[in-house]
Amino acid sequence: MSETTITTQVVKLDAESTSIILLTPRQLIWRRFRKHKMAILGMIGVALLLVFIIGGSIFIPLDRANQVDLKANLSGPSQTHLMGTDSTGRDVFNRIVYGGQISLLVGLLAVLIEVSLGTVIGGIAAYYGGWVDIILMRFTEAMLSIPSLFLLIVLGKTFGKSVQTINIFGLSFSGSVGIVILVIGTTSWMYLARIVRANVLSLREMDYISASKALGASNSRIFFSHLIPNTLGAIIVSSTLGLAGAILTEAYVSFLGLGVQPPTASWGNTLTSAQSFIQRGAWWLWVFPSLFIVFTILCINLMGDGLRDAFDPRSGKNI
Amino acid sequence: MWTYLSRRLIQGIFTLLIITILVFILTRLSADPLAQYATNPNMTAADRQALRERLGLNQPLPVQYLKWLGLALQGELGKSFFSKQPVSLMISQRLPLTLILMVTAQIITVLLALGLGIISAVRQYSITDNIVTSLSFIGFSMPIFFIALGLMLIFAVQFKLWGLPYLPTGADIWSTKDPLQLIRHLVLPVTSLVLIQTAGYARYVRTSILEVLGLDYIRTARAKGLTERSTLYKHALRNAALPFITILGLDIPYLLSGALVTESIYAWPGMGRLFWEYAQRGDFPVVLGVLLIVSAAVVFFSIVTDMVYTLIDPRIRLS
Repeated sequence: MSETTITTQVVKLDAESTSIILLTPRQLIWRRFRKHKMAILGMIGVALLLVFIIGGSIFIPLDRANQVDLKANLSGPSQTHLMGTDSTGRDVFNRIVYGGQISLLVGLLAVLIEVSLGTVIGGIAAYYGGWVDIILMRFTEAMLSIPSLFLLIVLGKTFGKSVQTINIFGLSFSGSVGIVILVIGTTSWMYLARIVRANVLSLREMDYISASKALGASNSRIFFSHLIPNTLGAIIVSSTLGLAGAILTEAYVSFLGLGVQPPTASWGNTLTSAQSFIQRGAWWLWVFPSLFIVFTILCINLMGDGLRDAFDPRSGKNI
Repeated sequence: MWTYLSRRLIQGIFTLLIITILVFILTRLSADPLAQYATNPNMTAADRQALRERLGLNQPLPVQYLKWLGLALQGELGKSFFSKQPVSLMISQRLPLTLILMVTAQIITVLLALGLGIISAVRQYSITDNIVTSLSFIGFSMPIFFIALGLMLIFAVQFKLWGLPYLPTGADIWSTKDPLQLIRHLVLPVTSLVLIQTAGYARYVRTSILEVLGLDYIRTARAKGLTERSTLYKHALRNAALPFITILGLDIPYLLSGALVTESIYAWPGMGRLFWEYAQRGDFPVVLGVLLIVSAAVVFFSIVTDMVYTLIDPRIRLS
């Protein structure tokens, strides 16, 4: 290796490091995220999926997804039914389009509940400390100690007794959608609460917090404008991964028949009947909804992985 | 050490107490255990009321909770409303079958994950590593019913159609005394569990080995002229194994709870299915019994794992 190449490298490095100093944290994160090819791929995958679901629901009316045609039940993929029909003759392709809406909606709203509960519980435990901390953390540990599927089933049974039909924007949903969102949200906040607590505990001791206290800032001001924004990175990463988890959980719960109830379609409940009819060779009931679930979770997880690396200051060296 | 242990024990007891209150309230609210008699023509409303009083179900919930807790502390978990058998007997019948399934799957998983994790860490960014990493990422994003139903479709349904020797998908294995028959029934559920679980573990092994391989003492070992083989097996693996042991220890209790979805797909009469069957009927002594045993195991093993970890890792000093 000649000496000239080495010097050019040094110069290049220098130019790069000066430009890094000028970057805002947000730009820095976006740069690191962009470097993560798989994460970008995941983002494109999610975008394609959204186009498919939203576009599909423009072209296909909701009635066609819920239309029962007993004469054409359990027929394989064909020209008229691209992905076959289920045991009551409903078109699987149409149900995947509308099921996707429900699955993503359940995922997003459940994560919203998860993030709110996790942030508030973890934050309060860390900020107030003492008995509040002890009781909240024991409660968190208690929730974590019950196997999650068991907890979901018990909660699903508890709330699932009173199911009504909800009408929003002229579309009618089975009330079970709301229950599933509630159940998934209230059983998944525990890890986030621990992360937020650990973060706030270390931030609480910092000088700028003492400074705002000395300036007379109220508890809620310190909490919401100093402590929470500084743990936002951790919250964003775990809510992205939490979204994948929530969609997967919806699939599990609906697969067991405790989740979203027909006629409203979800990816999970499209699969429910697959279990009984796979013995008769109805492979399309299994393969299409499952592939959509796997594809979605995979893309979101890839994005989450990229975000985690982007938010992690330790990965700063390879920009 | 001893003060730390006693503090952890007190914490554990406190957590368990919260768990019992939580599961008791949720389970009791989830379903009416006498609902199964509501349509029974041989039973009048007065009969049902009498039964309710005899079972103590008309008392206030806190009284019922304290009675149940008192009996549970003496190892008396009550009787199932549905099968009339003592809960402890039902659990002890299901536990061996769950353990056969779960322990077999766990042993294969750990061996496979260690092998794959080591290979892909040592040959980082090679083709093998990329394949292992991609596959484990996909497996990580996959719901177990996708694999379980797929294996069932191929090896049970299609093989039978094609006239090939096919594998059974769950039949009456209660009465099976023939070990060969038991193994044949184990193949599909164990394969499903192994495929899914290996994904997560292999990722974990790879990361922790890579982390250790980047440390200074490994560079020293290499500088001393040690072969790559003994650097890896004598130096790196020992330290990389520490976090892996923690994960394994924390997963032991879930061997008891079984695999609810896999067990229900393959009709394996284990703990998961016991819980699922009786939760659907609202048979709360069984549901509570299973939840109590599994959650207690989770709390117990987290303390044990902590203790073992401090014993095998001299870097941790407890104060």
